[in-house]
Amino acid sequence: MPQFNPEYFAPQLVWLVITFLALYLLMSRLILPRINGILAQREDRIDGNLQRAEALKEEAAQVLAGYQKAIADARAQAQAALAKAAADIAAETAAREAEFARKMADQTAAAEAGIRAAKTRALADVRGIAGEVAAMMAGKVADTSVDANAAAEAVDSVMKERT
Amino acid sequence: MAAEAHSPLAQFEIQPLGGPIHIGGLDVSFTNSSLWMVIAVAAITAFMLLGTRKQAIVPGRWQSLCEGMYDFVSNMLRDNVGQEGRAYFPFVFSLFMFILFANVLGLLPGAFTVTSHIVVTGAMALFIFVMVTIVGIVRHGLHFFTYFAPQGAPMWLMPLMIPIEIISYAIRPMTLSIRLFANMVAGHVMLAVIGGFAFALGVWAGWLPIAAVTALFGLELLIACLQAYVFTILTCIYLHDAIHLH
Repeated sequence: MPQFNPEYFAPQLVWLVITFLALYLLMSRLILPRINGILAQREDRIDGNLQRAEALKEEAAQVLAGYQKAIADARAQAQAALAKAAADIAAETAAREAEFARKMADQTAAAEAGIRAAKTRALADVRGIAGEVAAMMAGKVADTSVDANAAAEAVDSVMKERT
Repeated sequence: MAAEAHSPLAQFEIQPLGGPIHIGGLDVSFTNSSLWMVIAVAAITAFMLLGTRKQAIVPGRWQSLCEGMYDFVSNMLRDNVGQEGRAYFPFVFSLFMFILFANVLGLLPGAFTVTSHIVVTGAMALFIFVMVTIVGIVRHGLHFFTYFAPQGAPMWLMPLMIPIEIISYAIRPMTLSIRLFANMVAGHVMLAVIGGFAFALGVWAGWLPIAAVTALFGLELLIACLQAYVFTILTCIYLHDAIHLH
C-alpha cells in the first residue's frame, strides 16, 4: 500500500501542518468572528424588537386606560347633567303646579262666593215671593186681607220649622 | 495512468507535482496530497466567506448552511465539553471542516483523498492526544492521573482497572486515526474494485457494477460525513475527559 511508503511521510506532514495552520488562522481570525457577529447582531435585533413590542404594548395599555377613563368621565358628566335636568324639570313642574293650584283655589273660592251670594239672594227672593203668594192666597181663599208683613213672618216661621 | 488503473490501490499513490523541494534536509515537495489539502482549505474558506458575505439578519440558504455548520460544531462542543470547551472551538471547528471537506472532496472522480493516508490521520490523532493530555495535566496537575483509577470501583479491582484504563487511554491516537484512515481506504478500494468490474464485464453486464457503484457512492458520501463527525465528537469527548476527569 502506498500509505506505508515512508518516502512521502515528511511532505505530507509538512503540508498538513501548513494547510491546517492556515485553515485554523482563517477560521479563528476571519470566519468564526464573522458568523459570531452575525448571530450576535441577530440576537440584538430580536431583543430590540421584543423590547419595542413590550414598550408598544405598555403604551397601548396606557391609551386604553385613558380611553376608559375618558368614557367613565363622560358617562359621569352625562349622568350629572341628566340628573340636573331632571331636578330642574321637577322644580319647574312643582312651581307650575303650585301656581296652577293657587289659581284654581282662587277661582274656586270666587265661584263659591258667587254661588253663595246667588243662593242667599234666591232664598231671600223665595221668602218675598212666598209671603206675597201667602197673602194673595189668604185674600182669595179666606177672603181676608192679610198684612204683607204678617204673611212674611208666617212664611219665616214655617221655613224655620221645615228646615 | 492506464497501467496504474489496474490496481485499486493506485488512487492512493503520492505523486510530486513539479520537482522535489528540500528545505534543510526536510522533504517538503508539493504533491497531489498537498494540492488537495490546499484545495480543501480554499474550498472551506470560500464556502464560509461567500456564504456569509451578505451578513444578513434573515439568512439565505447558503448563509443558513454556514450558520448550521457553526451551530452544529458549537452545540457538539457545548454538549460534550461544556462552557470550558469554548476556547477550543476554533480548533474543533477547523478540524471538523478539514476532515469533512477532505473526505467529501476525495470522492470526486480523480481526486486524491487526503484522509486516506495513515500518516495524516495519525498526525492529527497524535496532536489531539498530546494536546488533550497537556490540557489535563495543566488543569489538574498530578491529580490528572487519578483519571486512570475510576472512582467508586472496589479496591481489589484496581490492579485490573488501572492497566485497562491506561491502555485504553494510550491507544486513543491509534483508534482515532485508524478508524478514519481505514474507512476512507476501504470505501475507495471498494469503489475502485467494483468500478473495475464494469470494464471486465463489458457492455452486456457492465451496467450492474455501475449501478452498484452508484449506490455505494451514496453510502460513501454518508461515511465521509459520518467519519468527520465521529472524529470530531471523539475529540470533544477526550477534551471533556481532560477537563472534567470523567
